[in-house]
Amino acid sequence: MTGSFSINHLEFLLLGASWTIALALIAFVGGGLVGFAVALGRVSSIAPLRWLMASYVLLIQGTPLLVLMFLMYFGVAMAGFEFSPLAAASLSMTIYASAYIGEIWRGCIESVPRTQWEAAECLPLTKLQRMKLVILPQAFRIATPPTVGFMVQIVKNSSLASVVGFVELTRAGQLVNNSIFDPLLVFLTVAVIYFALCYPLTWWSRKFEAKLGRHVLVQAE
Amino acid sequence: MRYQFEFADVLAQWPLFLGGAWLTIQLSALATVFGLVIGTLSAIGRRSGHVWIAHFCGAYVEAVRNTPLLVQIFVVYFGFAGLGWKVPIFVAALAALVINLGAYTCEIVRAGMDAIHKGQIEAAECLALTKTQIYWHVVLVPALEKVYPALTSQFVLLMLATSITSQIGAEELTAVANRVQSETYRSFEAYLVVALLYLLLSYLARAAFWGLGLLVFKRRRKLGTLL
Repeated sequence: MTGSFSINHLEFLLLGASWTIALALIAFVGGGLVGFAVALGRVSSIAPLRWLMASYVLLIQGTPLLVLMFLMYFGVAMAGFEFSPLAAASLSMTIYASAYIGEIWRGCIESVPRTQWEAAECLPLTKLQRMKLVILPQAFRIATPPTVGFMVQIVKNSSLASVVGFVELTRAGQLVNNSIFDPLLVFLTVAVIYFALCYPLTWWSRKFEAKLGRHVLVQAE
Repeated sequence: MRYQFEFADVLAQWPLFLGGAWLTIQLSALATVFGLVIGTLSAIGRRSGHVWIAHFCGAYVEAVRNTPLLVQIFVVYFGFAGLGWKVPIFVAALAALVINLGAYTCEIVRAGMDAIHKGQIEAAECLALTKTQIYWHVVLVPALEKVYPALTSQFVLLMLATSITSQIGAEELTAVANRVQSETYRSFEAYLVVALLYLLLSYLARAAFWGLGLLVFKRRRKLGTLL
């Protein structure tokens, strides 16, 4: 044996967890910005823009994030651009998240009742005003639960950044395991930490959903 | 940036890619079948009157849905070793995928079952169907039909997620790309080829599930409408 699991190892894992959170935040902010553009493009009245965004989503949703990571890190490096693991991971996570967030938000925008769009048109609002003042505020409320739910996916999928050598929680687990070789204990601990990060988000998302459901019921009455 | 694409060396390895794709298909297909069975059973368990069974299934679903697949794969792989069982990598990878998919499927199927109108069940009772008949014909099968689109998206996501099993050494598509790029030093091309293959597989899978839906759900085939 080469030593046992100590408080130092746990500290190292928690440090990795903070990088997991950092990467997830980068991916969420980046993915949210690009995803917002994707969602708007998908509901735009300009057909080529719709097609472009639709093919972007199809392309990204049809390839695994893992391959995207490899492509960004090894592939682009070979082509002459050197990315640090953090940059490669952030970029691939952002691209990945933007395709999914874009689709979620498009669904929310489209689920705002047709009559709201028409009413805005009757009030001679410009397209921009209609989006900004009528549609988006309502879509925002519908979008909150699935968006928070997707944040769980982002936190979990940030584990794939370990393959390009970015030391987040999973990679930290692998490093600790290399030194004490007790994989089951180490990875169960890692799993527990992930659970502690994700479960509050799951819970929060559910709470939002219940609140929204109640509100819709009250409105219907 | 000037980069000369050189696909010849990478494409010369096509038998490897084909083998990897075949393993990816095998893993996905088997995981989908077993995952659907486990997920449906868990959904039934979560809705059952036995508190302990319901709690157990709930804990399983929450544990899986709030941890990454990569970590689950490690836990299963090293867990088998910890138990002293020598299992092939394929089995460990498949087990992890099934456990993962089972939890997601459970939530989808459960939503479908919850959406079955109470009046339907009462009507079936009035028609003197037995409890098993009601569960099968009125609750389970219509529920599956209702959530079929959501299920297929989940299955396609699982197909993409099989790439993660390369991390314990399963020789599927992504692992093939890793190998080819280390032999040819053409990593950009190797990963591009594999990304395209995944894209192709995901479209094929969607088409296959669409056809399967027509085959399995009589109503959809005859009326062409969604439930």
